[in-house]
Amino acid sequence: MSVPTHSPADVAVGRSPPRVDGAAKVSGRALYVDDLPCEDAWHGATVRSSVPHGRLRGVHLDRAFDWSDVTVVTAADIRGCNVVSLIEGDQPALVPVGGTIRHVAEPVALVAASTRARAFAAAAAVRLEVDELPAALDLDAALRADALVHGDDNVMKTLRIAKGDEVERALAGCDLVIEGVYETGAQEQMYIEPQGMLAHWDEHGACHVTGSMQCPYYVHSAMKVLFGLDDAHAIVTQAVTGGGFGGKEEYPSMLALHAALLARAAGRPVKIVYDREEDVAATTKRHPSRVRHRLGLMRDGTFVAADVDLVLDGGAYVTLTPVVLSRAVLHAAGPYRLPHVRVVGRALATNTPPHGAFRGFGAPQAIFATERQVDRAARALGVDPWELRRKNALRAGDTTSTGQVLEHSVGSLAVLDALRRVAPSPRPDHEGSSSPAWPPPRDELPDVRLGSPVRRGRGIAFCMHGAGFTGSGEQRLAGRASVATRPDGGFEVRSSSTDIGQGAFTTFAQIAADALGVDGARVSVLEPTTDRVPDSGPTVASRTCMVVGKVVEDAATALRAHLLAWGRAHGLSGADLGEIARAHVRDVGEAERTVTYAPPPGIAWDDESYTGSAYPVYGWAACLVDVAVDDDTHEVTIERCVHAVDVGHAIHPVMVQGQIEGGTLQALGWALLEAVKYGGGRVLNPRMTDCIIPTSADAPKMETLLVESPYPFGPHGAKGVGEIPMDGPAAAAANALADALGIEPACVPMLPETIAAARAAREGAT
Amino acid sequence: MTTPWIRPATLDEALAVREEHADWRVLAGGTDLMVDAGRRPAPAGVIDLFGLPGLVGVEPMRDGSLRIGAATTYSMLLASDDVRRHLPLLAAVAREVGAWQIQARGTLGGNVGTCSPVGDTLPALLALDAEVELVSRKGVRLVAFDDFCTGYRTTDLRPGELIAALRFGRRALFASEGARHAWRKVGTRRAQSVSKVMLAAVAVLDDERRITCARLGLGAVRERPVRARAAEDLLVGERADAALAQRASEALTHDIAPIDDVRSTAAYRRDVAARLVRRFVLSLA
Repeated sequence: MSVPTHSPADVAVGRSPPRVDGAAKVSGRALYVDDLPCEDAWHGATVRSSVPHGRLRGVHLDRAFDWSDVTVVTAADIRGCNVVSLIEGDQPALVPVGGTIRHVAEPVALVAASTRARAFAAAAAVRLEVDELPAALDLDAALRADALVHGDDNVMKTLRIAKGDEVERALAGCDLVIEGVYETGAQEQMYIEPQGMLAHWDEHGACHVTGSMQCPYYVHSAMKVLFGLDDAHAIVTQAVTGGGFGGKEEYPSMLALHAALLARAAGRPVKIVYDREEDVAATTKRHPSRVRHRLGLMRDGTFVAADVDLVLDGGAYVTLTPVVLSRAVLHAAGPYRLPHVRVVGRALATNTPPHGAFRGFGAPQAIFATERQVDRAARALGVDPWELRRKNALRAGDTTSTGQVLEHSVGSLAVLDALRRVAPSPRPDHEGSSSPAWPPPRDELPDVRLGSPVRRGRGIAFCMHGAGFTGSGEQRLAGRASVATRPDGGFEVRSSSTDIGQGAFTTFAQIAADALGVDGARVSVLEPTTDRVPDSGPTVASRTCMVVGKVVEDAATALRAHLLAWGRAHGLSGADLGEIARAHVRDVGEAERTVTYAPPPGIAWDDESYTGSAYPVYGWAACLVDVAVDDDTHEVTIERCVHAVDVGHAIHPVMVQGQIEGGTLQALGWALLEAVKYGGGRVLNPRMTDCIIPTSADAPKMETLLVESPYPFGPHGAKGVGEIPMDGPAAAAANALADALGIEPACVPMLPETIAAARAAREGAT
Repeated sequence: MTTPWIRPATLDEALAVREEHADWRVLAGGTDLMVDAGRRPAPAGVIDLFGLPGLVGVEPMRDGSLRIGAATTYSMLLASDDVRRHLPLLAAVAREVGAWQIQARGTLGGNVGTCSPVGDTLPALLALDAEVELVSRKGVRLVAFDDFCTGYRTTDLRPGELIAALRFGRRALFASEGARHAWRKVGTRRAQSVSKVMLAAVAVLDDERRITCARLGLGAVRERPVRARAAEDLLVGERADAALAQRASEALTHDIAPIDDVRSTAAYRRDVAARLVRRFVLSLA
């Protein structure tokens, strides 16, 4: 009898099965950290600085307050190493007396009590004695070194790319040089669930932390460093997590350390759950940026040279900023053939809460500048911006700014052509009679809305996005994942990749099921817990499906081969794989196969010269945005949004489309609505009332075009898709505004107030 | 420690509690008060009027006016034939307040009681010459809403008084053949947004298209909702044209005093308010 082969109807990949987490979430059964039953847990609260820069002289407890039922922790209670360990050990978990406070939301002390209200009352009764110092609150102040936040010049990191001839000489030989300066602001992730963590110490001296997070092993590593624990005594578990978008990449380590410090001092479990205001005020956001860009080209439209000077505001501590800077620099030349490139990127330290990971990770800031520049070049030459992009687009066999030869999965022309097919005309009618009505008219209601004329415009943007870790990062990470048998004849995927709403667990189940040749319903995914899953690397960088998914596939394939061989040797030839698995568990125990990521051949990266294969592969995207701008209020309505994205292969087409739609809306929000406002280094609008994100009413109808140029080293050809939708839409919206109004938007967000000022300036000039 | 909370069964009971506990907060729907929970010190107590019989509903009066109970929700306003027919402006406003959940809880009286400069219904109340019906154990007092609103989140509500209703005495005029109504909320986004500028406008035209009556209610352009009286005065007796529209928009400066805050800028508010007034006058031409 032959081994049963699965029919196409059984194949999971490429179909869109229900999400494995869906029913629990929509029915309210899913347990987020604040839902976890733990009746004896106390509540923790954080005492934060109130000045952006200063020397901590003392921490004083109000004598009038009754401290008998409150646990207080300061830096003096930290026996080990007082750092939140990440790239550099510059950020303390709590500022010690005598130490420097570097931003307004910096944690100084912790309190815990039996109720939340009591904990907050106690936190309010802690007084900090601080000698305030002058502060550098933005990029300009940091560049002027108004105050020193980092080193002797506030520069955290400098990165350079040089390709071809000396760039000044190359630009001198161009017919046309377009020059511009572009700025983008901070953006709040606004995940639906604020950050939270629950910690307790067991009788063996092990600390268990459970919470909302993207990267259990980052938390694990931070716990080991601060408490001096070994692997087995720091046990980190991801609870069901309500979104991350990068915001839960690094900051959960801070909460875990705080909850664990309080739990140790209180001798009982302690839970810290931020409310929205604390979360927005204290946790990381997208890096503000300023990009000076020069693009040199010939009269026939051929790009010759790009010179890019890019600065990021890293905030008060290094955190992930050097890596964000790296991605910004590596995406600064855009998806274009450019023989001569110079990119200089610098990350500056300021006295604001640290900026950190946010979907796109530096690329959207760089791409906004590049795609504005290309649009201006097209206007200067009087050519169709789509034609100009296609003429200069990187193709298979071309080299990127780091000298990487693009070999696989280059969907650049495919996404541009897909866009053109659905939107062939250059642009919609320019003038309109009345602004699109909102809310839409309803028959039974008299229409009294005061309408205004609109001006319409169309913009496009084109980009590539490196999938996976930068350079040799994936080799260094060497992510691992396992697939194992379950006693009931099912199978279990074990990895530290988290499902933060993006659907990782569903995707893993699909991939493993196909590799095992079993029905998807028979594969489960273990909740990531560091003592039960291998380190698969962090859930970031559009790498989970492409990199870890491939490892899962290989582990499942290896497990299937092992079980079939074992079955043959034990009289089970031809039996169902589940039956063999059950027999295996019964007779000799669990079978598990763990695989370590093996980079594809030909990947070579040199960190010194910043040359070589910056990423194993790139996603490609082309985005089109049609806007209507109200003549009276300058409000922008997106009338059409088309996004063509090369995803390699869609493992779960519905979720892939969801990722693209969500990322596109997040990018449009960043472009047109979302402004984190600062004053004195503090977020002035830390609430959802004023720190707004788009609602469904603001969302355009999205047309998503999936383009599939398979990546030979991804599972079934899949490559990263999580971040690329964030890259292009802001520039496309800006280009549409330029088309509609004849202005040249140079900043994000482009609020109605900004647009009004630009229109007034233009009218004043003509 | 819990906040004392009384839910009176009758208006009489409510007035008794109100008189006895002058420092308690009145809750009409909770969409303002509950936002403050945990953020500001809890009130000494709460008098919950939500759904109180006698304070809910839309009632055409014998004198031709329309009376809307203070605890009438936005959803009820939207569903009311009388409001849709006679006060289309108010129906349009109600539809843009918050989200459905807020519309189901928030009330007209609550909006008036809070009297925020960004209260969505308030410009419409100004444009419709609404009167506030105040009730206490001493009796009933009627005050024009324009007078009731005294400043930034302050009103002429006196000790022992509750807001019982809003009265619209001029609905016959404002719903007449020559009446024109216009509403525009400019928010930070399309839904669930706090307003940056609001204009609620009513004009009545005679047979020769001459403006006989004009009301321009504006929100979010100074510390309180405000009527642009200088512009209104300028319109009455005139026929609308581009020049009149321009003059009216320029006259706004007499009545508005916008500020910079986290939501917008004074310059934007001033500019947009002027443009909307101009647009409204042009629509009358």
